[in-house]
Amino acid sequence: MTEFQNAPDRSVETLLKQDIPETLLPDQQVEGGAPRRIVEFDSHKLNFGPQHPSAHGVLRLVLELEGEVVARADPHIGLLHRGTEKLIEYKSYQKALPYFDRLDYASPMCEEQAFALATEKLLGIDIPERAKWLRVLFAEITRILNHILNITAMGLDCGAVTPALWGYEEREKLLEFYEAASGARFHANYFRPGGVARDIPTELEDRIGIWSREFPAWIDELEGLLTENRIWKQRTVGIGIFTSEQALAWGFSGPCLRASGVPWDLRRSQPYDNYHKVDFKVPVTRQGDCYDRYLVRIQEMRESVKIITQCLAMMRPGAVKVQDPKFAPPPRAEMKRSMEALIHHFKLYSEGYHVPPGATYTAVESPKGEFGVYLVADGSNRPYRCKIRPTGFAHLQALDELSRRAMLADMVAVLGSLDLVFGEVDR
Amino acid sequence: MQGQVGAMAFTLATSLPDIHMAAVEKGELVVKTTRERLLTLLTQLRDDPRYRFEQLMDLCGVDYLSRPERFDVVYNLLSVTHNHRIRVIVTTDETTPVPSVHHLWPSATWWERECYDLFGVVFSGQPDMRRILTDDGFEDFPLRKDFPLTGYEEVRYDVEKRQVVKEPVSLTQDFRDFDFVSPWEGMLTLPGDEKAHEVRQGIKRARG
Repeated sequence: MTEFQNAPDRSVETLLKQDIPETLLPDQQVEGGAPRRIVEFDSHKLNFGPQHPSAHGVLRLVLELEGEVVARADPHIGLLHRGTEKLIEYKSYQKALPYFDRLDYASPMCEEQAFALATEKLLGIDIPERAKWLRVLFAEITRILNHILNITAMGLDCGAVTPALWGYEEREKLLEFYEAASGARFHANYFRPGGVARDIPTELEDRIGIWSREFPAWIDELEGLLTENRIWKQRTVGIGIFTSEQALAWGFSGPCLRASGVPWDLRRSQPYDNYHKVDFKVPVTRQGDCYDRYLVRIQEMRESVKIITQCLAMMRPGAVKVQDPKFAPPPRAEMKRSMEALIHHFKLYSEGYHVPPGATYTAVESPKGEFGVYLVADGSNRPYRCKIRPTGFAHLQALDELSRRAMLADMVAVLGSLDLVFGEVDR
Repeated sequence: MQGQVGAMAFTLATSLPDIHMAAVEKGELVVKTTRERLLTLLTQLRDDPRYRFEQLMDLCGVDYLSRPERFDVVYNLLSVTHNHRIRVIVTTDETTPVPSVHHLWPSATWWERECYDLFGVVFSGQPDMRRILTDDGFEDFPLRKDFPLTGYEEVRYDVEKRQVVKEPVSLTQDFRDFDFVSPWEGMLTLPGDEKAHEVRQGIKRARG
């Protein structure tokens, strides 16, 4: 009780005098003139995230605000840093692959593809035709999977709830294809150095075919909700503008770069697997604002459906992994009969394979942009160094530049349009 | 494609004095230079209309513990105009700074911060040298080869102190680092395995 009495005076008047600067106190009459009115901009810092739903994971964004205008945005990352690169240095090449699913968990197979291609390049092996088609097929399914999530989540950030509900239903169909092919809905571990893990079930091609005929109508419905929607356009058109010079200097890639008017797509300019055999367009827009990044993604989904259709038409039965037991496990049935096959299997899953010394920077066009792997091998069975070049890292870095003098409410639209996944940014 | 890259390696090696090694490795152009000449070389690579590397796609470190200058700093550049890539490599040690390239490509800032955070490579002229990926208050450089995988400290929430506390790592089981190269120490090709080893190293072509 005594403590209470000795506590500092907490009356409203005292508090007012303490906390509020003089300039904000009621105007005082100045002798012989108009009342003195000093306006002070309320400049303060705001912690955006790391638990905010529109922070897309664990982004802590320190915003310096002047009123409602963003003066400076300082993203703090690393809250999801798991030391993937260090862990990979202690694993054999096969065991390193599943880490790539866990980087960008919205587009797992495309990340696997980068590592698989890099390892194959160092090993100097070429994978069978069907494996290449399967990779292109599933990379495009992944692209649609990613774009649905991004577009609908961005809609959610801007107040449109319906696309997210529709999108999850559509994503579920695609995840069923994932499950049928690899046995897992997200962490597929399907693309392996030397091909793919196993062939897809016989009826899956037909199921994907049926889906690919129905899907364009769904995109039309989604566009009906958003593309000409007045609120959506007010929230995105002219927001977060980046010129092509800026986008190049800041290391942009993928849809964000194409939205700024640079016709650049690694699938077209540096084709890998079977991308040189399929016909598709690279959508490019000019304004470089959030709305354009949305439009590019919508068009890319349409192009992905075209690629999927072509894949299904051109795929022929055949081997799905390299026919060399040093790199790909022998069939289970053979292991039951052949001593050599058993030894190969044992060696492959304990020691793995030794990769000749060398280094490569291999990049793929992941749904978010250029996803690269700088892989250094020293001749042992473990990567000496595996640098992962995440796409979102460069995009997030430019956030300060992108959102300068933007309104606080526009930050979420800009963040949504950059398509960030923190598993990948933080590694 | 292969020929173009080779021709470019030749042009670079002969026309630019800043390069002390140019090679084509697995179809990729690799150039080595020194720290002093890095900035002039990169500026030229960015601005010369023959090269025009507009984008710095990646910057990373590699640690070679046994070398006197133990770190490689690797710059992966991309030219959207000419559709080619180049890899520029400089070496450094723990204390010698590498000139920062953030004024050439603004995107370099975070890559340099990351390289500093994980390897402890210092970049001179970089105004923002904060750590980026590791935890607050983390002191070591985790991607160095002499940093153990399990680290030195672990973090947990202490219920009694009602705060997060840092403690030395205690492992219930020793870290298991399997060395598949033994039992015959240092013998990479085991007796009877010579043929498979040659195929693996790409000396001979695999059957089929």
